[in-house]
Amino acid sequence: MSESIIQINQLKKHFPVKDQSLFGKSSKVVKAVDDVSFEVKRGETLGIVGESGCGKSTLARLIMQLIRPTEGSVIMGGQDLAKLSDKEMKRARKSIQMIFQNPYASLDPRKTVEQLIVEPLVIHQVGTHQERVKRVKELLEVVGLSDYHATRYPHEFSGGQRQRINIARALALNPEVVICDESVSALDVSIQAQVINLLKDLQASFNLTYIFISHDLNVVRYISDRIAVMYLGRVVEMGTYEEIYHNAQHPYTRALLSAVPKESPLIKKERVILTGDVPSPMNPPSGCHFHKRCPYATDRCKTEAPALTLYEGQHKVSCHLLGNLS
Amino acid sequence: MSFDLKQGETIGIVGESGSGKSVTSTAILGLIPSPPGKIERGSILFEGKDLTKLSQAQMRKIRGNEISMIFQDPMTSLNPVFTVGNQIIEVIRLHQQLDKKAARQRAIEMLKLVGIPEPEKRLEQYPHEFSGGMRQRVMIAIALACNPKLLIADEPTTALDVTVQAQILDLMKKLQDDLQTSIIMITHDLGVVWESCQKVLVMYAGNTVEYATVEELYEKPLHPYTWGLLDSQIKSDTTGKLPSIPGNPPDLREDIAGCYFAPRCPYAKDKCFSEKPPLVEVAPNHLVACHFQTSDHRLERKGGSQA
Repeated sequence: MSESIIQINQLKKHFPVKDQSLFGKSSKVVKAVDDVSFEVKRGETLGIVGESGCGKSTLARLIMQLIRPTEGSVIMGGQDLAKLSDKEMKRARKSIQMIFQNPYASLDPRKTVEQLIVEPLVIHQVGTHQERVKRVKELLEVVGLSDYHATRYPHEFSGGQRQRINIARALALNPEVVICDESVSALDVSIQAQVINLLKDLQASFNLTYIFISHDLNVVRYISDRIAVMYLGRVVEMGTYEEIYHNAQHPYTRALLSAVPKESPLIKKERVILTGDVPSPMNPPSGCHFHKRCPYATDRCKTEAPALTLYEGQHKVSCHLLGNLS
Repeated sequence: MSFDLKQGETIGIVGESGSGKSVTSTAILGLIPSPPGKIERGSILFEGKDLTKLSQAQMRKIRGNEISMIFQDPMTSLNPVFTVGNQIIEVIRLHQQLDKKAARQRAIEMLKLVGIPEPEKRLEQYPHEFSGGMRQRVMIAIALACNPKLLIADEPTTALDVTVQAQILDLMKKLQDDLQTSIIMITHDLGVVWESCQKVLVMYAGNTVEYATVEELYEKPLHPYTWGLLDSQIKSDTTGKLPSIPGNPPDLREDIAGCYFAPRCPYAKDKCFSEKPPLVEVAPNHLVACHFQTSDHRLERKGGSQA
């Protein structure tokens, strides 16, 4: 459990933004992911939460090397994925797969389920034709579909079933790490519960490691062993789920948790309502990115960016006022 | 389905996608495309008038003026080639006899009301210059510009982050207090219902399965589908396997004889597959459509059903 499987060091991704004028040089950059470091342990689920635009999905793509980082490294299996050539990366991707957000858009409508699931096996030249067909049957069974589904097309399935097909495809190559980018967000609650149960069962049977990205705090809390909270490209707080949900230290995490709708009409919920929107990452506030919306901000927060420091146990927080918040 | 709504009250309509929540709301507004859609029978009474009998022209006067709607997706329901101001002023000028200047003034007031800073400047901007939460505020400003008596909010916060959702729900509540608007809140998120509604209607496959006050539904839910729905919500104390409702919602193109929920219902008996249960009042203000939930007979609720 404690062995680390992926190590991310000072990962940065800056997107250049063109000037207003047509031939203007790109002078500004969007710091979509700005100096993120953490490690993922074998067999655990690391949840990543944050509002839209905070860099969650960019981070997922960086780990997959679907986009290359500006700086930093992603160490997996002793090699730095960021330094691999595209060809070497293709091979490395066998052990790291992704399940995307939208079950309607991530399946090619002109391919049958069998063709969709077999595709990774073909690309990586795994097995003979018969073996592949057998594997597809196995996978369909694993995700709770039947082998007669294999000849059907994606449009014949509901959202939850399509997400099952996506999961089967991601598992085809026996990956070690699966990145779920908002994989259950588009589903209805009753179906969402089915898919989450499936993901948990699969994790237990195949010893999978998940990086689970979602904006839904309840889902992340339920599925994750550890959670990282992101705000404007940086990790502001990280820890086990008890540490985050019962002892949140960063003012942003607290506000985020208090914004979750209440669970019963009978309770009254104290709420920290944040004013304003997430600032533009093109022009982030100086110092601590959160200081403009933070009710506790001091002068120091405006000028100096806090570092992610250890609070206790595995709990890391990036706030100047750490320990001094009531 | 049937329900009624009093002034200043909020009713929630919950259900999964495809359960007919949005069709209900578009029917009220007379926006169901016809053909192929048709209101088979029934009436929609609004202040004593039957909306289904009104002509297109009469309906146009009510729509956007007395009854207005906030649509789900703020990214696509604003017109990208017109400024935000233009779109708010359009509604005001259409329904109220105001000149351009006064309408503009009213638009600025509305933007201020929904909490958009620098409204004079923002009026001249296009939707793409606004963030998701800001666009939803603009949608609310448009919907409220004519002080409607009834506001239909179709998943108003689904596309938004929780922090922005909290802001928008807060805003809607405040505006409701000020303007005494009645709200129909359509959502799949029970949390939003607990947050903002007094009454709630649970829909499944185009039918009302349960109708009660929010507290009643939370404490004493009766329909097996409502149980499943409540169970599959993840709460802060959820551990172990997540209870889920097995199977998928039915295909409404097929004729179904019995209860629409029967194939997924762990309590279903033969009767459920052959006869459709009526919606009956089993307790004061608590209606449920289930053969086995009547005023003198109750089902025993088992622990969450397993997937």
